Amino acid sequence: MYVPVKGGERAIENAHKLLAEERRGNRDTPDLDVAQIDEQLALAVDRVMTEGSLYDRELAALAIKQARGDLIEAAFLLRAFRTTLARFGYSIPIDTGQMVVRRRISATYKDLPGGQVLGPTFDYTHRLIDFSLLEGADPENLEEGESDMGVTPHVLNILDREGLMEPANGSSGAQERGEDGEVHVGDLTREPLEFPADRDIRLQRLARGDEGFLLALGYSTQRGYGRNHPFAGELRLGEVRVGFVPEELGFEIEIAEITVTECEMVNQFKGSKNVSPQFTRGYGLTFGHCERKAMSMALVDRALRAKELDEEVEAPGQDEEFVLAHADNVEATGFVEHLKLPHYVDFQSELELVRRMRAEIEAAKVRNGDAEQIEAAE
Amino acid sequence: MAETSGYNFAYLDEQTKRMIRRALLKAIAVPGYQVPFASREMPMPYGWGTGGIQVTASIVGRDDVLKVIDQGADDTTNAVSIRKFFKRTAGIETTTQTHEANIIQTRHRIPEEDLRADQIMVFQVPIPEPLRFLEPRETETRKMHALEEYGLMHVKLYEDISQHGHIATTYAYPVAVKQRYVMDPSPIPKFDNPKINRSPALMLFGAGREKRIYAVPPFTDVHSLDFEDFPFEIQTWREACALCGATGSFLDEIVTDDAGGRMFVCSDTDFCEKRREAGHAGPALAAEGAV
Repeated sequence: MYVPVKGGERAIENAHKLLAEERRGNRDTPDLDVAQIDEQLALAVDRVMTEGSLYDRELAALAIKQARGDLIEAAFLLRAFRTTLARFGYSIPIDTGQMVVRRRISATYKDLPGGQVLGPTFDYTHRLIDFSLLEGADPENLEEGESDMGVTPHVLNILDREGLMEPANGSSGAQERGEDGEVHVGDLTREPLEFPADRDIRLQRLARGDEGFLLALGYSTQRGYGRNHPFAGELRLGEVRVGFVPEELGFEIEIAEITVTECEMVNQFKGSKNVSPQFTRGYGLTFGHCERKAMSMALVDRALRAKELDEEVEAPGQDEEFVLAHADNVEATGFVEHLKLPHYVDFQSELELVRRMRAEIEAAKVRNGDAEQIEAAE
Repeated sequence: MAETSGYNFAYLDEQTKRMIRRALLKAIAVPGYQVPFASREMPMPYGWGTGGIQVTASIVGRDDVLKVIDQGADDTTNAVSIRKFFKRTAGIETTTQTHEANIIQTRHRIPEEDLRADQIMVFQVPIPEPLRFLEPRETETRKMHALEEYGLMHVKLYEDISQHGHIATTYAYPVAVKQRYVMDPSPIPKFDNPKINRSPALMLFGAGREKRIYAVPPFTDVHSLDFEDFPFEIQTWREACALCGATGSFLDEIVTDDAGGRMFVCSDTDFCEKRREAGHAGPALAAEGAV
């Protein structure tokens, strides 16, 4: 009789078995190899690494396999693993100016030092389904060419030299420095998010944030909600070295080479009482190849600088608490999906109240009805 | 059950536990105040009790006995899952009996049985800020707490009364802790609010996604907000528990058919079982026994 909430433990175990079975699918189809995911679903891996905040292609690919292709679930798996890892220290900031560039475009100059390099891009492809892929057709082999690319300078530095562009660390140029004079960079994974947040924390939050959410917010700033006309000053994709100074060595060693996408937006700025008109920056950086995310992040970063630049804060994209509190998809999906958990105690409380209030209204109606009848009789 | 290897006792590393314990101490020192803490990603989703789990993981020792309830019941799926998590990662003893446990992690209920001074309640909290639905901005609500500016909350309660004749809050009913901080007791039914007042047990509240910890130390005055002419009152039922016949416990409504049939049973399953063992029988069992 009283069974609906009994047997939770066995139900959970059976559900997990069923999930494993569904994940595997039809056993006549070969099991998916993690290397295949890494190689052939590389952009999914890139997104999961970025939002999971952990640079490990194999683990991200494994998470995608385990999550049955649910990328938010995969990012969550990666985050839950990441949080258990020991923290040895902080790397030296990567120098994207030293990037070995595979793709680099600027929408603000026709040509520039280092040139425009299209690289591997969906841009200019015609979005026609390629049925030859059904048959597993391999693309033609490419000849290996000689790279003549040296170091590619940042586009925005060209403007900077003329004083038309604000410095990279913002118009104020102020950065928090510790007692040792070093620049202190916040870390959301070690300290709770507090408002108002500084730009370092904002950028970290955006970098971990959901691509879809940032895309929609960035889009909204283009459509007049906090309008601030942006130009894609530069978008670059390539490999950078990660340096680290172990305390026991005392000098820098290279610990990794990682792929990143970087976007620098150039935005107009009319100037304020203290600052003459110049261009301002919005910045986006992701692991792997995540152009859409990097661009959206740059738009939102710039929008969130409204207060710093004395602009009116009037649109969702400029609203720091709104954006930062809701950008994290692991948090968001948890809270939305927790509605699946039982809430019957709270619901019972509401039921009781609604029934009581309805009963009181009914009783009042009866009373009023009686009064009217009496009046009519009189 | 086999303990999971490769992880520290109770999952969290000791540095994280220390950070959380410091937040807990601060929370106990300033009753009802929400202490920000660097909440970690847990291997279960936000909204599934990650705050409570982190608090429990930080205070649990090898000799502790843990009870986990959700909606008052030990056998709801998420309670089962959390209990299993601590069995696996800490290898500690668990129980479903309130009096055997010295740590009770809960979602949405406080056990009916009186708590003791050697017990700790750990609440899972979704939205720790009692003012959040009146003012969505954290910068504003922190200011309001700092200035003890709770007029907005009283206006809300007053408007409820003027519009509905009642305070229309039935769970997560706001309380004032030690005449200072207004606190969300987590989404427990207001039925349970009086149990927090001057409880001998320590009450800890963890909100993982919102990254806040707060506490009510033992024997602290906790007052459910109300007005002199509209005093706080708890829910009552006309029915008794169909299984154990209890009249003073929180009852869940179980729909038994699609023709309006329903029965009421204790939400606290341990309480209900104990009463049945002691020979009490509600209408449903009495009827069965008679056949």
